[in-house]
Amino acid sequence: MTDLTRKTAAELADLLAAGEITSVQLTQAHLDRIAAVDGGDRGVHAFLHVDADGALAAARESDERRAAGQPRHPLDGVPVAVKDVLTTRGLPTTCGSRILAGWLPPYDATVVAKLKAAGLPILGKTNMDEFAMGSSTEHSAYGPTRNPWDLDRIPGGSGGGSAAAVAAFEAPLAIGTDTGGSIRQPGAVTGTVGVKPTYGSVSRYGLVALANSLDQAGPVTRTVLDAALLHELIGGHDPKDSTSVTDPVTGLADAARQGASGDLTGLKVGVVAELAGEGWQDGVMTRFREAVDLLVKLGAEVVEVSCPTFVHAMAAYYLILPAEASSNLAKFDAMRYGLRVSPEGVAAPSAEEVMKATRDAGFGDEVKRRIILGTYALSSGYYDAYYGQAQKIRTLIIRDFQKAYESADVLISPTAPTTAFRLGEKLDDPLAMYLNDLATIPANLAGVPGISVPAGLAEEDGLPVGLQILAPALADDRLYRVGAAAEAVLTERWGGPLLSKAPTLEATL
Amino acid sequence: MPEISRDEVAHLADLARIDLDDAELDRLAPQLQVILESVASIQGLAGDDVPPTSHPFPITNVFREDKVEPCLTPEEALAGAPAVEQQRFVVPRILGDEQ
Repeated sequence: MTDLTRKTAAELADLLAAGEITSVQLTQAHLDRIAAVDGGDRGVHAFLHVDADGALAAARESDERRAAGQPRHPLDGVPVAVKDVLTTRGLPTTCGSRILAGWLPPYDATVVAKLKAAGLPILGKTNMDEFAMGSSTEHSAYGPTRNPWDLDRIPGGSGGGSAAAVAAFEAPLAIGTDTGGSIRQPGAVTGTVGVKPTYGSVSRYGLVALANSLDQAGPVTRTVLDAALLHELIGGHDPKDSTSVTDPVTGLADAARQGASGDLTGLKVGVVAELAGEGWQDGVMTRFREAVDLLVKLGAEVVEVSCPTFVHAMAAYYLILPAEASSNLAKFDAMRYGLRVSPEGVAAPSAEEVMKATRDAGFGDEVKRRIILGTYALSSGYYDAYYGQAQKIRTLIIRDFQKAYESADVLISPTAPTTAFRLGEKLDDPLAMYLNDLATIPANLAGVPGISVPAGLAEEDGLPVGLQILAPALADDRLYRVGAAAEAVLTERWGGPLLSKAPTLEATL
Repeated sequence: MPEISRDEVAHLADLARIDLDDAELDRLAPQLQVILESVASIQGLAGDDVPPTSHPFPITNVFREDKVEPCLTPEEALAGAPAVEQQRFVVPRILGDEQ
């Protein structure tokens, strides 16, 4: 029998519909793969928690529905992995933090509820930088995830677990969240597909907030069509999220199928001049320029656009995000849920003393840095100079996008300035770590959607490079059209999917 | 160039209710100084004519009908609590001896 873990979600949906496989077989195949490659000292460690019993029970129910001719959704029975920042009723949700070790949420996030309602078995919860703060998954309190292309390198972050899970064939589909690039940058460095939908088009209810005005959940997959199918499933208006947009999320899979024909005649593509230059790896830029040439061959018209405020996006982001995060994380106070630690040597400590000791023991360095920075930026005396100024820069970035979209239908850039770096390389240099998200942050500040698709391997290190495509708000379908066109032509050029060039991981236990 | 002293970091940590020890202050204070120097580059870039943006799209608050909807049971709401008594969260003392 062929290896089911190598198939795309769309292929698996067809096999299930044709009755050639069962969801139990499919789910078991992925659980076996996880057992083989995820654990041990040299394991991928994409998962923080694997729910074999729950996934198999959901698979059995799915098979019963199929047998009765009543599948709930084309993806009914196709397993999925969920980033550990989305609440799952009765299943541990830690956000990669010690402060939530062992927490069993009493409710499902809307995204999770939609997955369950459609019948997708949930394989488990994926590793992440603590509270989604990071670009390497090394800030997880539970140890880093390893990049399946090179186990000594980072899988990107914060959603390195979800990206590595699909790259290592441990799951056909995964859910990520993207606050400054946490879906797209891991996609780029693992040779997978990641989409940040338009802000507000996928519910944030049950997504443990890092920065409310930036956070967005989205699909993590191996193909553009799979991302479109998953995106349509999880998207749509949710009355439980006051920032949820009411526009329907449809037509994405159709756009992907249309794009796969490879015709981009009439499409105007803008190359962002500011997302290149010093600090951008040669091999990344080479693959990017090839992708630009490719889009021209497919009929697109390429224009250079300037977004002058993008050079200040990172500075604005690292004021807005810590400000929002310092407020959001105030709820971890040792009173109602999560860790409670009493200070040493204090008889009958006060609530405030317990709170301080708990937050010191429960939060890692990066979380502490950002909470303190956010507290600083929001302090009276500094508010106007920092937070207020960052909010104005945000306005200018939105205007840059508006102007660019007057002359282009989509904007493109490399997703990340470099390929995957080595574990530990940037751990003690926060600023160097932040630079990974240079190209992805502007989209979050403006709320526009973006996708990263594999663009090939960099010559100097043989590691994956990502092509980022950005579209105007609510024009997510354009990501899929252009992404699928690039994917189709590149896959043909490579003689197969990029991931077929990745090392076959040996059993690690 | 903005400066953030070790004492200021200790004060901010206190405001944020994080009990940093000396070793943490020694490690975090210089890192925060570097980050702050980097983000300070936007100071004064945008003038009074640029309105601030708090949110990507203009939105207004959403209200729902004022009627009871299904919600967590008391047991569910208390399930993750560090300590529970008489269907309530038990917290450490909130007042000092002198209060």
